[in-house]
Amino acid sequence: MIGVGNAWRGDDAAGLVVARRLRDRGVNAVAIDGEPVAIMDAWEGAEAVWVVDAVSSGAAPGAVHRVDVTEAELPHELTRTSSHAFGLAESIELARALGRMPARLVVYGIEGASFAAGVGLSPAVESAVGEVVAALREEVEMCTSRR
Amino acid sequence: MSRKSKTIKTDFLARVEGEGAMLVKIKDGALEDVQLKIYEPPRFFEAFLRGRGFTEAPDITARICGICPVAYQMSAVRAMEQACGVEVDGQLRALRRLLYCGEWIESHALHVFMLHLPDFLGYESAIEMAKDHRDLVQRALDLKRVGNEVMTVVGGREIHPVNVRVGGFYRSPRRSELQPLVEKLERARETALEAVRLTAGLDFPEYDYDYELVSLSASGEYPVDRGRLVSNRGLDIDVTEYPEHFVEEHVPWSNALHSQLRERGAYLVGPLARFVLNYELLSEGARAAAVEAGIGPDVRNPFRSIVVRSVEMVFAAEESLRLIAAYEQPDRPALEVVPRAGVGHGATEAPRGVLYHRYEIDAEGTILDATIVPPTSQNQKAIEDDLRGVVARYLDLPEPALALRCEQTIRNYDPCISCATHFLTLEVERS
Repeated sequence: MIGVGNAWRGDDAAGLVVARRLRDRGVNAVAIDGEPVAIMDAWEGAEAVWVVDAVSSGAAPGAVHRVDVTEAELPHELTRTSSHAFGLAESIELARALGRMPARLVVYGIEGASFAAGVGLSPAVESAVGEVVAALREEVEMCTSRR
Repeated sequence: MSRKSKTIKTDFLARVEGEGAMLVKIKDGALEDVQLKIYEPPRFFEAFLRGRGFTEAPDITARICGICPVAYQMSAVRAMEQACGVEVDGQLRALRRLLYCGEWIESHALHVFMLHLPDFLGYESAIEMAKDHRDLVQRALDLKRVGNEVMTVVGGREIHPVNVRVGGFYRSPRRSELQPLVEKLERARETALEAVRLTAGLDFPEYDYDYELVSLSASGEYPVDRGRLVSNRGLDIDVTEYPEHFVEEHVPWSNALHSQLRERGAYLVGPLARFVLNYELLSEGARAAAVEAGIGPDVRNPFRSIVVRSVEMVFAAEESLRLIAAYEQPDRPALEVVPRAGVGHGATEAPRGVLYHRYEIDAEGTILDATIVPPTSQNQKAIEDDLRGVVARYLDLPEPALALRCEQTIRNYDPCISCATHFLTLEVERS
């Protein structure tokens, strides 16, 4: 599991918090800042990967989006297009072009309320984090018990 | 195609660092106006440096850019040390140069392969290019990572390094920490040499321009972290004389100040200028690669800057290897720097060109005034001159091809709009 985010920008830390809590529960989880090569490196050798990141799509704060991107692109409404910044969607498509995709890749997007400078999650996002941790424990459990 | 009037307009320039736009107005088949519009919001760094301690400048100004933070740190520490009468030399200076070479590799690899090469190979983006050139893009990413690793080992982390201070470093690396970089840098040099061969074989638009080229110049070494300011038209000044020779002015269409030489106007900084003015000082392998690529000090075609950047990647890898081989851990990681009232100037070679800082501090070291002139500010006039020249020459190209050629022209400069905004979108208006 890979949590992506910036610890100093409010709800942007959601993915990092999910990673920390899953690591405490024995899941192979890492927290990274979203640099594209770092994301690919982080999933190197893994068969099934879950990426959790905060999103700003216009949905209600705390809303949880789950997208299986193994075959499909991340939908545009979940990604902010920028002329210069390389986001999660671009990192995934670059990995696909380079043949560096894991066999299974699922993205969880947690809708943030505030991305202002500062530490701490807003209540809606805090509760969504709990929800995603529970859902991921279940998914990981199902995935590993099948083997 | 009829020679009518039209406007070519790109509202959001892609594959540049920051937010900008371009406007080209063509009237009755003749070029009327060209504007490089920098609308990235103002950053206000110079204002909020006032009242801060002189030791804070390297960490605050590093935040101006995520791609070239080392350039900001180096120009800041140079200026503060000059104000306080301290010269950092020997292995501490060698470490700074090594850190800077890491940034050159990381920044040039990003621009050459991910931002500029898709223009030449006919792809919309690096991702599209990667589908057909998987191995090339993977090696480019590996090359960039070596630059990042140098920055991590010397600077403490790859983006916005935390180990740089006025006087030197918080901690100097042991020899054994630098050693693992050697093998990686040797591979980086090989990839950079391949980049020179690849880019030398590209098709370049026919366009030469007689620029005034400005770069640092230091005796016996390719300019990176210090030197006098020189040009191919006789400029040869100490950095302290910068304000007497260069002036910044505001133009209504850009949030980035336009910089020019008081006496002669537009000039160009960056890889092309450094290469032309310091060709003899390139490392042996880098110069041999340039010779093999068929470019020498007479190069004036800005599109060939992609080859020059590749040559500079070879240089940066070789220079890093040289510095590591000669490295001995210094006794102290930093010299003591006691503040005194005065003014300090610092200029270093950011990957995009000369980055100038000037600070006035009081006896306690509090910053009273700050001026920062980034390379993209200095290149704006040259970029607009190039757009005029390129549009005039390729006026008859169909619209999408002309717009693309204009964008490619801008990308020749690897403009860092976020840095320059104190700025990019393309409009061509034919009326």
